[in-house]
Amino acid sequence: MRLLPFIASAMVTIGLVAVLNTQLSIGPTKSPKLGYFLSPQHGFWKNAEKVNTNFDASIIADELKGNVDVYLDDRLVPHIYADNDQDAYFVQGYLHAKFRLWQMDFQTRVASGRLSEIAGADKLSIDRFFRRLGMVYGAEKTEANINANNPEMKETVDAYTAGVNAFIKQMDPADMPFEFKLMNYAPEKWTPAKTYLFLMFMSYDLTGRSAASDLQLTNTRDFLGYDLFDKLYTNKQDSLDPIIPKGTVYQKPSIVPIKPAIADSAYLHQTNASFTNNESPEAPNKNNGSNNWAVSGSKTKSGRPILASDPHLGLNMPSLWYEVQITTPTHSTYGASFPGSPAVIIGFNDSLAWGVTNAGRDVLDFYEIKFKDSTENEYWYNGKWNTAEKRIEVIKVKDSADLVEQIPMTVWGPTMYDAHYQNPQSKGRNLAIQWTAHNASTGAETFYRLNRAKNYDDYIKAISLWTCPGQNFVLATKSGDIAIKQQGSFVARWERQGDFIMPGDDTTYAWQGMIPGEENPTIKNPERGFVSSANQKPTDPSYPYYLGTASSFPLYRGISVNKHLIGMSNITAQDMQALQTNNDNVFAATARPALMKYVQVDKLSPDAKRMVDEMNNWDLVNSEHSKGITVFEIIWDNVTEAVWGDELAGSPIALTKPDDFVLVDQLLKDSNWSVADDIRTKGKMENLKDQVTLGVENATKKLLALEKENKLEWSLFKATRVMHLTKIPALSRMNLPIGGGKNIINATTEMHGPSWRMIVHLTDEIEAYGLYPGGQSGNPGSVYYDTFIDYWAAGKYYRLLFLAKEKLIQNERTKWHIQFKKSNA
Amino acid sequence: MKFITTLLLAALMAYAIGMYTSMPWWSFAITNLIVAIAIPQKPFISFVSGALAVGLLWASLTIIVDQSNHHILATKVATILPLKGSYIVLIIVTSIVGALVGGLASLTGSFVRNSK
Repeated sequence: MRLLPFIASAMVTIGLVAVLNTQLSIGPTKSPKLGYFLSPQHGFWKNAEKVNTNFDASIIADELKGNVDVYLDDRLVPHIYADNDQDAYFVQGYLHAKFRLWQMDFQTRVASGRLSEIAGADKLSIDRFFRRLGMVYGAEKTEANINANNPEMKETVDAYTAGVNAFIKQMDPADMPFEFKLMNYAPEKWTPAKTYLFLMFMSYDLTGRSAASDLQLTNTRDFLGYDLFDKLYTNKQDSLDPIIPKGTVYQKPSIVPIKPAIADSAYLHQTNASFTNNESPEAPNKNNGSNNWAVSGSKTKSGRPILASDPHLGLNMPSLWYEVQITTPTHSTYGASFPGSPAVIIGFNDSLAWGVTNAGRDVLDFYEIKFKDSTENEYWYNGKWNTAEKRIEVIKVKDSADLVEQIPMTVWGPTMYDAHYQNPQSKGRNLAIQWTAHNASTGAETFYRLNRAKNYDDYIKAISLWTCPGQNFVLATKSGDIAIKQQGSFVARWERQGDFIMPGDDTTYAWQGMIPGEENPTIKNPERGFVSSANQKPTDPSYPYYLGTASSFPLYRGISVNKHLIGMSNITAQDMQALQTNNDNVFAATARPALMKYVQVDKLSPDAKRMVDEMNNWDLVNSEHSKGITVFEIIWDNVTEAVWGDELAGSPIALTKPDDFVLVDQLLKDSNWSVADDIRTKGKMENLKDQVTLGVENATKKLLALEKENKLEWSLFKATRVMHLTKIPALSRMNLPIGGGKNIINATTEMHGPSWRMIVHLTDEIEAYGLYPGGQSGNPGSVYYDTFIDYWAAGKYYRLLFLAKEKLIQNERTKWHIQFKKSNA
Repeated sequence: MKFITTLLLAALMAYAIGMYTSMPWWSFAITNLIVAIAIPQKPFISFVSGALAVGLLWASLTIIVDQSNHHILATKVATILPLKGSYIVLIIVTSIVGALVGGLASLTGSFVRNSK
């Protein structure tokens, strides 16, 4: 033996293997373990799925009671035919895991503040935010409630969980999803808690914006003073076209919330003037909205209702949605499901169709807490010191020590901000959070019941169980009913209660009750022949409860939807597709002429004149290749900046920008609005004409730069993308050729938009269309990863296959068969 | 002849240990070592045969997978790594990584019985 060369060579070999078996740091991120990642028998190559993969399979699962047949169609949508409901949810769990396991793991990690565990200290600020917000706390309460009181839902979630775990158990580790290999961790067992955490995350996504906006609004008010604040952030929306038609008479409210006598001075006009730092995750998108509507048979060609629903959410891959048909002896339903939860969320069955949009109501408030001392063991409430129990949340951190959060629990809820946790907007305060999502709910029971609903009464019963996030549930039935109801657990508020941080010393500012479900805005078979919602305020001001700040209720999409629906007759499913992808800009239709009243054209530079012409020649449609919309958008932004940028300037922290409708309403009625004056120019008084003209000149500079880069075309400027959850561009689809935008029915902005488009025509044999921007497979190495995106961008639809088993088997679009059975069967 | 035999044997064993066991990705280094001890060759020859065994094995495995995948995933990974999105470069890099580890393991094995 040649010892020295042997040792030297062995050491080099071992050293190389060790390096290839380590995650190397590349900037803030870490590389995969390269040797492992590249190994053709272990690493990512195993995820490079054959483009002509045969998905036929026979799965043995002893958890089943009977047999289940799954047929996959040409779009990889599973059609599940099960002998009983539990088996169907078992298989739904199995299929979610088979096609979307990494996403299910990742999303629930985000929700439960467990990213640091796999990604290291870099993600601590996000984890701390979600822990302190009480995400785990809320999910635990729902889980306990269901385990104790709701055997049917428990059985459902348990069956689903068993299905996910059956897949994980059978999976060869070499075949685990790509992202686990990339980020170097392994899947863990699914639990019912994870399902509730996922639903909790949806509550956060749809109602959690207040967690940021209440603080920001408070600081904005503090900075401006209440009087100017109330001008710029008015709750009056002159052009509102509510969900429930104007003039509807509401019953006497059962709760009349009383505004505390001292609220004007001690709350509304209260202003505080110390900054610490703690990064929070980006607040949920303001445009987390949606459209839905249903037209009655009186307006359709067939005489049968048609329903449309398109939820607008962050555009991600793998998609939040997964299409599925579930057929059992009790029901048959089809639609978009959430990987992570059983049942169909937005869809239809053989009797009716339903869809949802976000209600936008404020169900999250902050209360300021006074602690006795730095131990935070006691807090002041109702004239005495009360014990604050500590909720312990342990955050595991990769390659580092655990971080322990001790959250003082108060009568309001968890103290999110205290001496140990601050962000620039919390400004050193101790803030407890009260949020309806913290209350025990029945999970996805509403959807479970909608999956089985046969008629209007079933729909009302199903949605009456819904608490958070508040939604507008639209309905259309085969028997000809259409309806919409805003449902959720809503606070009976006095005007502006909870818009800002409230004093938490006693019950003065406490919620005085929850609005009874029967008093939630609703309408059935209205005379006008349609119902609709697009996140606008549900009612006109005669509704007896305060709805929340106007900025939570986008105005213009609703106006656009209703304007079109009123004018339509003899409607077909194709007409509804055209409406769902409509790009008309009703905001600009109002704002452009209002703006032009104030532009001093003779004072403009030649370039600015050219840009104004470009804007005026625009057809008011946000189409893909339009340049006019880009010009309008940038001019509008610069005009708003010129008008109120000075008032907001000088704040050390970010303030809330006023809403567009505020300026439009002022332009329409008042040429001498005091806000127009630039308060930075002493001894000089600017008016709206000056500021609008200035805005146009400022916009022109940006527009010329864009023109040079050849980015004036709307889709190039907007650059819509569907981002992978890791934000890695190579796994995403960038720069999609699509129009639409803010205030547009086709609400596609940069990274946000219609996340599932569905049209259901309730004929005897249901005629349904739909798609989402993604693909049924979550595997970036699959040809089914992004199948629907180009079609979605082009505004096209797939005909959805919703058939009885015998018919589906024979359908030419049916491609594969996965058989589930017990081992001895 | 020895060269071809070791090459084929090492490739076969590397494939088998990856295919039929749940041993870590680098276990082919051990099989290469064993082959190199069992069939002694000059160090350089041993290195080359071990490197070629794993390199060619990995190249052929990845080429087959990549072809039937129409380069979908390799193109994405080659953008992340970053290799300018070239699946060909990614296949080459993959093969070189396998070849280096395999070659060094075989080289190590060759010193066990080689007395000069």
